[in-house]
Amino acid sequence: MFGKSDVIPGRRLTLGITLTFVSLFLFIPLAAFMLYASGMGFEKFFAAVTDWRNVHAYGVSFFCALTAGIINALFGLIIAWVLVRYDFRGKKIMDALIDLPFALPTAVAGIALTTLYAQNGLLGKIFYGIGIETVFSPIGITIALTFVGIPFVARSVQPVLKELDPQLEEAANLFGAGNWTIFSKIIFPELIEPLLTGFALAFARGIGEYGSVVFIAGNMPYETEIAPLMIMTKLEQFDYQSAAAIAIVMMCLSLAILLVIHGWQARQLKRIGGVVGA
Amino acid sequence: MIEVEVKNINKHFGNFKASDNVSFAIERGKLIGLLGPSGSGKTTILRMIAGLETPDSGEIFIGGRKVNDLPPGERGIGFLFQSYALFKHMTVFDNIAFGLTVQKKSDSEIKSRVEELAELIGLKDFTSRYPLQLSGGQRQRVAFARALAPNPELLLLDEPFAAIDAKVRQELRGWLKQTIHKLGITAIFVTHDQDEAVEVADEIIITNRGRVEQSGAPIEIYQSPKTPFVAKFIGESVQVPDYTIFKGFDEYEPREGILRPEFLEIGATIDEMPQPMPVTTERGIVRGTYFRGSVIQVDVEIKEQLLKGFRGLEQVPLHEGDEAFVFIHKIYGFDGDKTQVIENAAKRKESVFI
Amino acid sequence: MAASFLFVMLIMPLILVAKEALSKGVDFYFAALTDEFALKALYLTIEATILAVALNTIFGLASAWLLTKFDFCGKTFLGSLIDLPFAISPVVAGLFFIMLFGRMSPLYPLLQEYNLAIVFAVPGIILATVFVTFPFITRELVPVMESQGRSEEEAAATMGANGWTIFRRVTLPNIKWALGYGIVLCSARALGEFGAVSVVSGHIRGKTNTLPLHIEILYNEYNFTAAFAVASVLVLLAIIILILRNLIENAGKASLQVSNLKAGVAND
Repeated sequence: MFGKSDVIPGRRLTLGITLTFVSLFLFIPLAAFMLYASGMGFEKFFAAVTDWRNVHAYGVSFFCALTAGIINALFGLIIAWVLVRYDFRGKKIMDALIDLPFALPTAVAGIALTTLYAQNGLLGKIFYGIGIETVFSPIGITIALTFVGIPFVARSVQPVLKELDPQLEEAANLFGAGNWTIFSKIIFPELIEPLLTGFALAFARGIGEYGSVVFIAGNMPYETEIAPLMIMTKLEQFDYQSAAAIAIVMMCLSLAILLVIHGWQARQLKRIGGVVGA
Repeated sequence: MIEVEVKNINKHFGNFKASDNVSFAIERGKLIGLLGPSGSGKTTILRMIAGLETPDSGEIFIGGRKVNDLPPGERGIGFLFQSYALFKHMTVFDNIAFGLTVQKKSDSEIKSRVEELAELIGLKDFTSRYPLQLSGGQRQRVAFARALAPNPELLLLDEPFAAIDAKVRQELRGWLKQTIHKLGITAIFVTHDQDEAVEVADEIIITNRGRVEQSGAPIEIYQSPKTPFVAKFIGESVQVPDYTIFKGFDEYEPREGILRPEFLEIGATIDEMPQPMPVTTERGIVRGTYFRGSVIQVDVEIKEQLLKGFRGLEQVPLHEGDEAFVFIHKIYGFDGDKTQVIENAAKRKESVFI
Repeated sequence: MAASFLFVMLIMPLILVAKEALSKGVDFYFAALTDEFALKALYLTIEATILAVALNTIFGLASAWLLTKFDFCGKTFLGSLIDLPFAISPVVAGLFFIMLFGRMSPLYPLLQEYNLAIVFAVPGIILATVFVTFPFITRELVPVMESQGRSEEEAAATMGANGWTIFRRVTLPNIKWALGYGIVLCSARALGEFGAVSVVSGHIRGKTNTLPLHIEILYNEYNFTAAFAVASVLVLLAIIILILRNLIENAGKASLQVSNLKAGVAND
């Protein structure tokens, strides 16, 4: 299995380019980071990781990202449903708009959302009127993370819903199943997998998100500091070791989320013998 | 004159032995069918000749030149892929011209060659179309012309008729055979369909489990299958665990055997049987009849063994449960990995008639 | 319900950006845009985007070719490795480069000696941008190339075409829409990247500030109108990207549909 036996040329060239890029942009930076982190000693690492202010920040990141993920799972499902099942004016624009959070720089989203939900902002007025503080609170962080995560669930559910065999529903209909039964027993089980994939992606993205959150969060210690912000803070204080320690916790967290979902998908696949889409 | 020679080829894919010491030689100008069940290693042999796979050991010669170390483009071959692999975004003209443009032929030369080939395949007016705008049969002919364009010495075709529907397939078989003979090019095609191999090929090479079982003219293979596999694979057949239970075969060693439908003479009455009727004629019960287009297939049970034979459409119809007379002309008997033809005793001893 | 959710979450922020940007009049708006530092930030953003996209295009084509045209051990592992940046927070990614080239790095004395500035300088911004956009183009190309199979390329090879000819004449026309799509997605992310760039840039005004970072500075200086004016440029770019994205998607679909339609007519 060496270059000579290939019919299609380019094995060495593409292998060379790929490995060069992977080394330069992935491996070496990752290795430098690991090297540095491993040199700091366990006690210091442990102290940095368990510092209460940091732990609070992981908590804020985790729970706000989780809440935003759940909101997006719900709305993403509804949006995908509306886009696939109904025809209406402006559907194309709506479909294109879903991707706005991918295309819009997060800093722009951050300042726009902050102004919008501020006490004297357009939407803020309403929320503050009923006693909900939307800015400089975990609610604000959740709003920003919801914005960032909108496309993930909608975009992973949409194609699966589109490909769903209409005969399944017709068959269920022939047995006299009602709309709710058809949805919960026939359609929803098919959507669990893309729904979870989308949720996991939105969740993982939320934990790492920085740009859209810093403006709306207010960054008050023990209240609205998020984990990525703590890294920035430590960097500004030239406390590289603590920054590395927090980074390790964050990486473990997002890898754990992705692994759990991946493992779940693999088990599902074995059970139904299908092909994974995302 | 030998055009292609394959010597002691071995090829593994992991634990799977795709070629097991394969050797054969092909004369120039012959149209050869590589026939075998799926997984028998026929496509692998074709791809190794083309240079799309590399053998683990052994040698391949094309036109007297050892080609093992040559890339596919320098072997002087044309290859027709099972899925045709036409370039979707190129017109018919550009597809056929591809091999020539790679060789940096002049525009006028390319144009005249493509026009000549388009004429040959009967798609002269279609050269500006794209492959997806053509029917399956047309696509196959374009792939054929594309493979022929650079004037290869050897044309290799991988299941050339597999993706075409039955009626068009019939036409194309005849067309392909004629055209290849007209061009005088050597060609090897792979197929799992014995009718196709028998109809199209000058010679057939039968592969099984990575080995060559037998090669020769179709009629020779049909009439004297050398191995049990070939006997079972070629023609319709019924296998019996011990053929000595039948009259006329009882004096042999008890062995496995194969009966083809045309080995059986089935009569509804004595009048329909060869006269005078041999003493070794069996009586059986009809278990089923099936209309098969030009003949009627009759399944007859004799001594708890279900046999299959044909009757003409104009003969008295038989029905399930009827009694019938059956004379077995011959049986293929197995002796290890060899096959022998065993004639009914009545046919050897002329005297034994009623 | 879906529409009102999208209106509140997506459209209102856009309207707000436009409203705030023009709240002090058109003159102020253009003054904010043509500010020296804003222009410099724009140039740097464009420079970093073009370089990152170019590098990732080369990488995306090479890795997709490698992953779909050949078999080798470690293929699945390489595939997941390329996806790794999706699982890493941009801020953490920026941190990687600080660790690699910053003051605590073993490379630092060497860099000092040759007077090479990487972090808190333009090269660092480009490196960080490449990192966060690393998987985009590969991920778009691999499924398309996988579904195309290898036989067209093999057919070209049996006719003696060399690697470059096969790529240019056989493969590229089949993947051009997917490639365009990947490039657009990659550009969008590169333009707007904030976290990673923020870590490595050092926020040196007029030198290492990209547009998103410039917005942050203006905002933190309570110069809201200017911040929104600059933001409106990025909103415009985002809308252009969305339109491009849809055009490419439709063009890809249309070319498929047209050929299918004709195929249907041509059955004889």
